[in-house]
Formats: sequence, C-alpha cells, structure tokens
Amino acid sequence: MQFNALTAHELHDRLAKKEISSVEITEAVFKRIDEVEEKVRSLVTQTRDKALQKAAEVDMKIARGEKIGPLEGIPVLIKDNMCTEGILTTCSSKMLHNFVPPYNATVVEKLKQAGAVIIGKANMDEFAMGSSTENSRFFATRNPWDKERVPGGSSGGSAAAVAADETIYSLGSDTGGSIRQPASFCGVVGLKPTYGAVSRYGLIAYASSLDQIGPFAKDVRDCTRVFGTIAGHDPKDSTSAEFAVPDYTSFLTGDVKGLRVGIPREYFVEGTDSGVKELINNAIKKFEELGAICEETSLPHTEYALPVYYIIAPAEASSNLARYDGVKYGYRDESAEDMVTMYMRTRSEGFGTEVKRRIMLGTYALSSGYYDAYYLKALKVRTLIKQDFDRAFENFDILISPTAPTPAFKFGEKSDDPMQMYLSDVFTISVNLAGIPGLTIPCGFVDGLPVGLQLMGRPFGEGTLFRAAYAFEQNTEFHLSRPKL
Amino acid sequence: MLTKEQVEHVALLGRLELSDAEKETYATQLSDILEYFEALNKIDTENIPPTAHVLPIKNVFREDKVSEHLDNEMALANAPAKEGNSFKVPRII
Repeated sequence: MQFNALTAHELHDRLAKKEISSVEITEAVFKRIDEVEEKVRSLVTQTRDKALQKAAEVDMKIARGEKIGPLEGIPVLIKDNMCTEGILTTCSSKMLHNFVPPYNATVVEKLKQAGAVIIGKANMDEFAMGSSTENSRFFATRNPWDKERVPGGSSGGSAAAVAADETIYSLGSDTGGSIRQPASFCGVVGLKPTYGAVSRYGLIAYASSLDQIGPFAKDVRDCTRVFGTIAGHDPKDSTSAEFAVPDYTSFLTGDVKGLRVGIPREYFVEGTDSGVKELINNAIKKFEELGAICEETSLPHTEYALPVYYIIAPAEASSNLARYDGVKYGYRDESAEDMVTMYMRTRSEGFGTEVKRRIMLGTYALSSGYYDAYYLKALKVRTLIKQDFDRAFENFDILISPTAPTPAFKFGEKSDDPMQMYLSDVFTISVNLAGIPGLTIPCGFVDGLPVGLQLMGRPFGEGTLFRAAYAFEQNTEFHLSRPKL
Repeated sequence: MLTKEQVEHVALLGRLELSDAEKETYATQLSDILEYFEALNKIDTENIPPTAHVLPIKNVFREDKVSEHLDNEMALANAPAKEGNSFKVPRII
C-alpha cells in the first residue's frame, strides 16, 4: 500500500485504528519525493528531520491511547510565502533567498496545533506573481501530467506536489487565481476562501485586499477538514472576519436536490478551449441529473475584471514590496556607497522581471496625475463587479464556470507576452475582486490533461460549495485519476 | 506610448535601477497594458462608490498594552549588516 497516495481522512482512520504509524506515512512521502522530485521539482525546502520527529511524537501520543485530531500526524507542504519559524521562507525570490522568519504565520501555527507534519516549502512564482511558476527565481516546477507543461501558478509547487502524491495536502495562496488555476491544471481540489475567512498574518503580502490562503487536497472531504482547521478570526490580522466556523463536513451530504446553480454566460465566450467547454457542459448535465436546477445568468461586468485586477493588484504590490530595502532582511547589494543607490541596486538585482514589471505598473497607476484615471477608476468598477455577484446570488445558491480557459500550457508558450499570461486568470480574478469563495474540482480531461470546474459562492458560503462539490465528486471518478510519473 | 523619461521617473519612484534594455522592454509592455486598461473608460462610474476593501470593517482597535514582541537579537537576526544593537546601512548624508 502506497500511504502517500491516500487522502488525509483515509490516513486518519488508519492512524486512529493503529493500522499504520505517522512515521510510516511520513517516510512514504519522503520516499516518493526521492523518487519523483527530480521530474516534478515542487519543493524549494525539505524539512525531513523535523517532520520525522513530529511524526514520532504523534505516534507516541497514539501509543498512549490519546485521541488524535483529523490532521494530526498527516504530512503537509506549505507554499513558500507563509512564514515558518526557523525554516527558510523565500517567496522563490533572490530577495528573500536567506530569510528565516522568527515567527509562524497564523495558518502554520494552527496546523502545528492540529498536529500536522510539515514536510517542507513549495515552489511558486516569485512573490506569487505569475500563472505558471516559471517566475520562480530558483527553478520551474513541472506539471506531473505532462512534464513539457507548466503546473499553473502562482502556487504551482503546492498543486504539483499533491497531484504527484509527494504530500497528502498543501497550502497555497490565491490573489487572482493562484490556487484554483494550478489546482485545475494539476487535477486536484483547490479552495480560495472568502476574503477574511483565513488569517493573512505571516503571509508575505502581494495584494492585501485580494490575498487569501487556502488548501489543495486530493478530495473534497480533505479540503473541508483543512479549511475548517485554518479558518477563523485572528486578532493579528485586522482584515480577518469575525464569524462562527461551522463543522464543514456536515455539508457533505451528497444531496444537491433543489440547489439553484447559475451559469454566467460571460464565462462561455470565445477564447475558451472547446474541450473545456464540453466538460463544463457535461458537469452541468450531471448537476441536473442529481436534481439541481441549472439556469443561465449574467455577470455583465466580467470583461472588466482583468483590467481592474491588473491595476489594483500591482498598485497594492508596489506599496507592499517597498519594504524590501536591503536593510532589515534578505538580499543586499554591497557595491553601493550611498543609501539610495543601495536601495535601487538591491531591488533591481533582488527582484525578477515580472515583479519589477508589476512594481512599475503599480507605481505608475498610483503616481501623481494618474491616480484618478487608473486606481480610483478600478476601485469603482470593482464595486460594479461585486454588485453583479450580489445580484446573481439573489437567485442562485452557487455559480459554476470553467476554472481556466484552457488546460495546462507548455513552458515558454506565454512567458514572453505578459498579456497572454494574464489572460489565463480571466475566470478566477472576479472572485478575488468580489471577495467571495471559489472552489475548483476535477471535471475531466482534454488530451490527457486535467480540467477544473469552478464553483463560486456567497461570502462565507463555503459550506454550500462543499455540498455541491461533494455530490459531484461522489458521482464521478475524475478525482481518482493519478498521473504516471 | 510611455517615453523613456516617464519609465525612468517611475523606476526612480519605485527605487529600481533599470538597464537600457529593461527600459525599452518595460516602455513597450507597460504601454500595451495601459492601452488595455482603456476599456474601463467605456463605463460611466460617475456615481459609483469605490471598493478598496470588500469587508464592512472599519477602525479595528485593540487595547494599548504590551504583549509579546521580538527581542533585539531576533529582530536583527536576518539583517544583511548590523553593528551593536542596530541595523548597519551605507552613508545617508
């Protein structure tokens, strides 16, 4: 039995029955990493010794007859933009190549309290800016389904590792689609929670009004368990929401009778792969078969989401990334003799091309004389995009769409043309702008490449997304397919 | 189209030192992206309030009391250069 190929809930059941040990699970995960990591390249840091030590602690606890929690003793991989005390946290950037945080992000602290076994840190697009993980300053992660293709991004390492069974589940972050698009490309489940549902404390900021942390998992049940563990108010994040975290597994009924499913027509326009469209239509039929009521609806401002996002996100990024000055941590250019030259050289050498492009774009959009024309205008259109969703959710419980317009693309296919790369997020960014939750689940294959179905819900309506996704998953077998490596 | 001078001005504001090749590339690429933004001018937003943030949260206060914090050694642990209890930087004036 390959323990690393199982889900967290299957492993938990076996741990609780003392059929296997956490050390055995953790060893199986690292054995898999040793076998396939050369092909996948999803991890920037491995924490083997600490992981095995933690696993042994959990095994002792089980041996003493103590009860264990759902994630206790189960391996997890963390995207390298979440602070881990004493463990390198690089954002896959030269700027933070040597940064060892003195504290844990709240999500990391919550996982530790839940007894999780942290196996390492996942590769990503530098500072989470990108849609292919090609912008990592260290190396590109490969899609486990086709090594000629990208895993998506920016959380490409987190997605590829789950698909390759190098971890049981992982955490990523999503600012414009950075969890859902790679989950779609790699054929796994990925959730971008409601803005404010998960603490951002210790998440290295990209665009603060859009960033959210969420799970990658092998099935919907695991996704509910991880989300239930990391969600909740945190006094250390002033944008974290006060809400009661329900038992999300209670939504896994398998029943969607009477669920009102909206299909926004703007998400089925030209430019979407015909194979992807066909799979989404099949998914709609499946929901109807299961008793859901599917009807077309409209989100009229959809076409403006991409320009709005590429004003707001770089604007916030240009401000957030001002902190990298070569003084407090990270890379510093040693050649400069005065302060300003030191700042400028440090930042020019420390940041990669895409990061610099977004700093330039954001700085321009916020600069004197252009603020109203770009930034303020974008914030106003953001209101209209949010209102589109408010109106749609008066009539529908969830909305469904493709997660991305195409399956995974090839390395280099879009890396020279920023606009083409940005368009791969066209179906995911509205969800961030509106602050609502978005979940992607596998819904089939085009030429052997996985395709994701996106489910969008009301703010704090993750439970309804889980209900719908679970019913779909119970009646399909796409989530059971694994790449051959 | 952004001029070389505009690109240099923005780079200075963002504290980035760019090579001539980078200036040219960014001038073209940023111009293309800005042109794409023109689409937003199709919409009348005269009476639409801006959304900087989706949650109805305002003025999140906490009690003003001392809690856990990093000690001097920890705060300096990642510094590229330090001297005594301080960060060390190049000449400012």
